[in-house]
Amino acid sequence: METLEQIKTRIEAAIAGARLVIIQNGSPAGQHSLLVDNEHGLAVAEFLREAADLRFDYASNVTGVDWLDAVVKKTIKVKQVIDGVEKELDQVVEEKKPGYLEAIYHLYSMELKHGPLVLRLRTGDRGEQNHVPSLTSVWRGAEFQEREIFDLYGVIFDGHPDLRRILMWDEFKDFPMRKDYVEPDDYEYEPTAHDEVLEKAASHNAPKATG
Amino acid sequence: MNADTLIAPGPPKNFELRPKPSVSGVDPGDLLEVSMGPQHPSTHGVFRMDVVLDGERVVKLKPVFGYLHRNHEKIGENTTYLGSMPYTDRLDYFCSLTNNWAYALTVEKLAGLQVPEHAEYIRVITAELTRLQNHACLGGFLLQDMGASGTPLMYAFREREKILDLFESLTGARMMCNYMRFGGCRCDLPPGWLEQTKQVVESFPQFLDEFEALLNENEILMSRTQGVGVLPHDLAVNAGITGPMLRASGVNYDIRKVDKYGIYDRFSFRVPLGEHGDVYDRYMIRVLEMRESLRILQQCLPNIPEGPIVDPKAKLRGFRPKPGEAYGRIEAPKGELGFYLISDGTPNPYRYRVRPPSLINLTILEDMCLGHLVGDVVIILGSVDIVMGEADR
Repeated sequence: METLEQIKTRIEAAIAGARLVIIQNGSPAGQHSLLVDNEHGLAVAEFLREAADLRFDYASNVTGVDWLDAVVKKTIKVKQVIDGVEKELDQVVEEKKPGYLEAIYHLYSMELKHGPLVLRLRTGDRGEQNHVPSLTSVWRGAEFQEREIFDLYGVIFDGHPDLRRILMWDEFKDFPMRKDYVEPDDYEYEPTAHDEVLEKAASHNAPKATG
Repeated sequence: MNADTLIAPGPPKNFELRPKPSVSGVDPGDLLEVSMGPQHPSTHGVFRMDVVLDGERVVKLKPVFGYLHRNHEKIGENTTYLGSMPYTDRLDYFCSLTNNWAYALTVEKLAGLQVPEHAEYIRVITAELTRLQNHACLGGFLLQDMGASGTPLMYAFREREKILDLFESLTGARMMCNYMRFGGCRCDLPPGWLEQTKQVVESFPQFLDEFEALLNENEILMSRTQGVGVLPHDLAVNAGITGPMLRASGVNYDIRKVDKYGIYDRFSFRVPLGEHGDVYDRYMIRVLEMRESLRILQQCLPNIPEGPIVDPKAKLRGFRPKPGEAYGRIEAPKGELGFYLISDGTPNPYRYRVRPPSLINLTILEDMCLGHLVGDVVIILGSVDIVMGEADR
């Protein structure tokens, strides 16, 4: 298989305007990944499947990751006039880095028997901009796995043929795999007539004021 | 059957995503919606299918998951790396040893650990024994789904008992083995275990001969499975189908051959391939794979070297891999079982993901069932080989 740099150059030559970044992996596994911008995600996926001597025809693993909003502390030098003398002081500035959700695709080639190529798509943030393009039209093996990411992380895959919850029930509201998910006290709790009946019974049994 | 050859060319362009059957000319009032499962013996666990029938023909089928969902991945993120090892047993509870291996392999990739040769041999032996008992039982369950109540399944269970006895004397547990560790295995072979295993391996072909003589040319089996649930080559590749199902469709892709993980490059074995991709081929592939597993075991058992069981550099306590990520995969009996881990330098993984072959192999269940009788849905599902503990996680 070609190196990731060569693949990146080929994609950039074939698809005008595609913005690709290589994300380094610190572990000895050495599976560095390719971050693709959302507008060209589908075109890059189609190119990877069809290009000669790449032929990534098999999307093995599709998964999501949640990266929380982070606060990065930076120390900067500030000039300040104290008692008529200009001094340089250290000041700690907090910078907010917005979090994002990621969809990660591990691609292999069954025809040429190479891989993996790791493809990453990122949402704008963890709130409203939680859209990425669906790659199910390129690799159908991603269908259930993208549904699972939608279900557990709340990433919306534009162009998915059947984007419903898959593991949690349809009425479920939250996204359990997010890092800031808080479990409800009681999954089973529903306000039923049972509680009202108990209240009525309590008032019925209370000692009545005589008079 | 033709080994080590690719039968059809690669996937065509403009592949149609979701072929729809024509239900034109049918009054919607004539269609019958049936909910198959979740409590039904043919669904192999708590699995449900919403089936729409025109008479007895299937016109629509939607799988419904989640009845056994316990968010295994979230539990994995809140546990140490080693703490997740017993949980992997509960994914595919038929094949706990291959689950252990896939997880250990990924952590070894993530942390850069080496496995001693002695342990690699034990891993191959236990994995192939697991494959033997899984495939034998699948043949039995498939016949059970067809109405051959009991007999073939009990023959398979008789052989499975012998293998589970071996697992029990090696690991202490019959099904939830929790045996592998990062950089090796938990404990060494008990005295006499290799001789017992050799006896089981020597007597297994006898069972296979009996099993095949009983079933391969059985008229009911042939007429109910041949031409049923055909999965074309290009669809199988595009839908990410793996394992015996993929090879029954004629795609030569076995991760033991492709990745050569562990020490699989030392053994000679063939990859059986199907020609038609129907239920019969899927049954035959599993029978042939059992023969190849026996070949691997016969090469493995006499040559097992002495040595340490765990890499001495591997730390059990305070195990913290460097920040990074790794995806590791093995050829589990049901298909490609993968783990994806992200480490942030703490004792717990930041992300712990299981790639479940049972779930992804069901992607094309609707395509295989369309146009068939409702009774065939049971057989087609049986030939996929699913375990809901893994599909729902």
